[in-house]
Amino acid sequence: MAKAYTPGLKVTARTTYRVRRLLPVTGEVRVKVGESVSAKTVVAQTFLEGDVFPIKVAGMLSVNPAELMPLMLKCVGDSVQVGDALARSKGIFGMMKTEAKSTATGTLESVSESTGMVIIRGAQTPVQVCAYVAGKIIEVIPNEGVVVETDALFVQGIFGVGGETWGPLMIAGKSHAEDLREEHIDASMKGAVVVGGARMTAGGIRRAREVGVSALICGGIDDADLRDVLGYDLGVAVTGSEKIGITLLVTEGFGDIAMAKRTFQLLLAHAGKMASVNGATQIRAGVMRPEIAVPLGEASSGEIFTGGATAGILDIGTPVRIIRDPHFGLLGSVNALPEQPAVLGSGSKARVLEVALESGQRVTVPRANVELVGD
Amino acid sequence: MRIVATDCGSTTTKAILIEEKDGVFRQTFRGEAPTTVEEPFADVTLGVANSVTELQELSGYKLIADDGTIIRRKNASDPDGCDLYISTSSAGGGLQMMVAGVVREMTAESAKRAALGAGAIVMDTIASNDRRKPHEQIQRIRELRPDMVLVSGGTDGGDTKKVIEIAELIAPARPRPRFGGEYKLPLIFAGNKEARPTIQRVFSGEGFALSVVDNLRPTLERENLGPARERIHDVFLEHVMAHAPGYDKLMTWANAPIMPTPGAVGDILQTIAKGRGINVVGVDIGGATTDMFSVFGGVFNRTVSANLGMSYSISNVCAETGMDNVLRWVHLDMDERELRNRVKNKMIRPTTIPQTLEALVFEQAVSREALRLAYIQHKSFATTLKGVQQQRTVGDAFSQKEAGGSLVDNMALDLMVASGGVLSHAPRMEQTALMMIDAFEPEGFTELAKDSIFMMPHLGVLASVNPRAAMEVFEKDCLVVLGWCIAPRGEVRAGRPAFDFTLRRTNEVVAQGQLIGGEMRLVRFGHGEVGMLEVRPERGLDMGAGPGEPVTREVRGGTVGIVLDARGRPLKLPTSAVERRACVERWLKALEVYE
Repeated sequence: MAKAYTPGLKVTARTTYRVRRLLPVTGEVRVKVGESVSAKTVVAQTFLEGDVFPIKVAGMLSVNPAELMPLMLKCVGDSVQVGDALARSKGIFGMMKTEAKSTATGTLESVSESTGMVIIRGAQTPVQVCAYVAGKIIEVIPNEGVVVETDALFVQGIFGVGGETWGPLMIAGKSHAEDLREEHIDASMKGAVVVGGARMTAGGIRRAREVGVSALICGGIDDADLRDVLGYDLGVAVTGSEKIGITLLVTEGFGDIAMAKRTFQLLLAHAGKMASVNGATQIRAGVMRPEIAVPLGEASSGEIFTGGATAGILDIGTPVRIIRDPHFGLLGSVNALPEQPAVLGSGSKARVLEVALESGQRVTVPRANVELVGD
Repeated sequence: MRIVATDCGSTTTKAILIEEKDGVFRQTFRGEAPTTVEEPFADVTLGVANSVTELQELSGYKLIADDGTIIRRKNASDPDGCDLYISTSSAGGGLQMMVAGVVREMTAESAKRAALGAGAIVMDTIASNDRRKPHEQIQRIRELRPDMVLVSGGTDGGDTKKVIEIAELIAPARPRPRFGGEYKLPLIFAGNKEARPTIQRVFSGEGFALSVVDNLRPTLERENLGPARERIHDVFLEHVMAHAPGYDKLMTWANAPIMPTPGAVGDILQTIAKGRGINVVGVDIGGATTDMFSVFGGVFNRTVSANLGMSYSISNVCAETGMDNVLRWVHLDMDERELRNRVKNKMIRPTTIPQTLEALVFEQAVSREALRLAYIQHKSFATTLKGVQQQRTVGDAFSQKEAGGSLVDNMALDLMVASGGVLSHAPRMEQTALMMIDAFEPEGFTELAKDSIFMMPHLGVLASVNPRAAMEVFEKDCLVVLGWCIAPRGEVRAGRPAFDFTLRRTNEVVAQGQLIGGEMRLVRFGHGEVGMLEVRPERGLDMGAGPGEPVTREVRGGTVGIVLDARGRPLKLPTSAVERRACVERWLKALEVYE
């Protein structure tokens, strides 16, 4: 077999990027097909059902649940405030009456004669969905949301934390191989998407948070620094909902590792443009990788990218990145794809390939330990 | 007879061919292909057809018709097709359930046992005393997106108020099902039968598809999980599978109901335990989770340790146990900062494999901890019924056995079956054996085996339609016997004799000697060999017949042989790093683990 199928991350100078922007429950779509939107345009909105607060009213009045109904002062559908009397006991000869007061604000939803429990439904919560990238609305999904399309420079990262954000693209540091340190960040980067080179250091991250940087993009991050930022040791790579005031995205992995030169140069070429970044990563069934999209204007016909995992054919000459020690992070191209499995240093037998590294050195690695780089 | 069986996993669909030749059923070929449940394919049958096509190419039988369906034989002389097609499935994340009960340790735990036994992943267990406030419970219910909900609570004829309270929390929370808005969330009620009319009223609104079965805890002293488990299987087929892409078609292909993969594994282990009259523990360690199964005294239990796995969850294993606990199994120099980054890199690129010996040693160290933690969870869950009043006699006062004690007894354990990548694909079987011994600490005489190609799910379904075929293939092709672990319970003294042993084949002595406290030794005893092993422990050490009492048992040979383990139980590693490393190195050498 001269070819093999292998996963990869998408890094492309120009692609037609489509993104679905959907509400969590049905609601109102506020834009029309053909309309131009910016990243922060609200495209759809709805209201989520309010929280539910159960109150054991029969217990509070020390009565049998079946006897509760005549004692209720509020009916189903009534608005109630915290402290409002919901029910009052008969007392003894009309004296010593006890009141059950609401501990929540909302609408009285139900009264149970079996358990004596009263359910208060809190106020609805508004939910808005913004466009996330500047582009054109190409489809409206009635009551659910829209599809936004734009031509964009698109880079998939390997891992991120923090959710969607956007801002002007700014470059910190001089090269793809330089660590991002404290001195690379200044006050002018507030609200920006800042691109560093290799590892984002603890000092660099701290300074970026202080300044109010929207997102930080680098080649790598140290496990210990991620733990400090999050305040806990991340167990599984399902991220995106962290409330840390910044989105962090790494393109290569954990440890001291430079950003792929091509990725850095592509981002450098578009410095100053608005970029949209999402750190959400989900490495389970239905893989989701973090991403950077830099809209370049109107969509032109060509390849369309709608997110998700990418994969392609591994062939002689294909550019690859080695993704496991002892050659972790090194880039090269496929030099040979031997058909027979080989015995590895670990003693396992596996299908391998030979990679010609950028340094000229040739190494043999398991096929499972490389990923495609490039478009 | 020719049988095709598939297991549709989250990433891979595995097909096997079983044929009856000379009156004996054997597994003959296997094929696999990527699972096609997700977009862009969104039809599970494509992956099934691809995996069966691989069987077709290897076997030479035509099994797939031009329209992509599985060909059936018209009679025994027909050269093409199969006679029986069966399947299991865990694609799309398997069956995900929320369970609820009144008391966490009683009805809620019984409900959890029913769901796990049916092959589900239990997302959360809601109970009146789960230490959450009602609004926190409701918030949690709203966040979950289960495939179905199981509600239990109360014994038959007992108080109905508490179980109705639980129902009244779930109903307004309106949990949303995983498969879209139009789908009614299946809810099974298996609680106090007196509460049924009210429960029906509470869940009469839109959004729920309620079904009622017998109480799974009719009395405190009795658990009746059968009806709830069967209903879970039915609902799985009627609702969950019917909404998963392509399963409607797959169900028409299959000759037996499609089962959730772990449910099928549980079934085959129960069949084996019953058939051989033994106690069994099975483990399947995956990338994200570890499934543990046990049958002790005929009682089956299953647990799923979410987030204890070797790729997606490897970072969680290290976080939960601590890096010191992982590194205690390592005999090589390793840099902790680098290891921590490697762990995270494995988490974000889960399909990579260890290339160097150092990487393999580290992954196998992590696996020991994942398995150990999963086994602790299993032991604390697989218990006798809690909340049962016990009548004690004077004699019982000395046994100190309490209700709710673990059913899992390593001394009573006869057979341990391992499966999952890190155990099944270890380059040497000695590595698999030692990972199991270190993690589970078997006591007395324990047979060790592995599932050759993770065939247990297929055989679980097969057992429901052709038990003989399932048993024969299990014994001959599924199980790879590694050998035996012989280990005394009790504390050994370093440098002092622990036990003597003599291994005889008929009347010939094959091996004999003495084990010193802290020592491990391997006696090679090959596949197919049968012998009698006599073990004479020192005073205070127990091999199953009581402290200091000798035991003689028949042992069968295996790929590894007989592992004599005089490290004592519970297993204690030296606290000094230098001493510990020297010990680990000696054990690895004695068992020829990395040679």
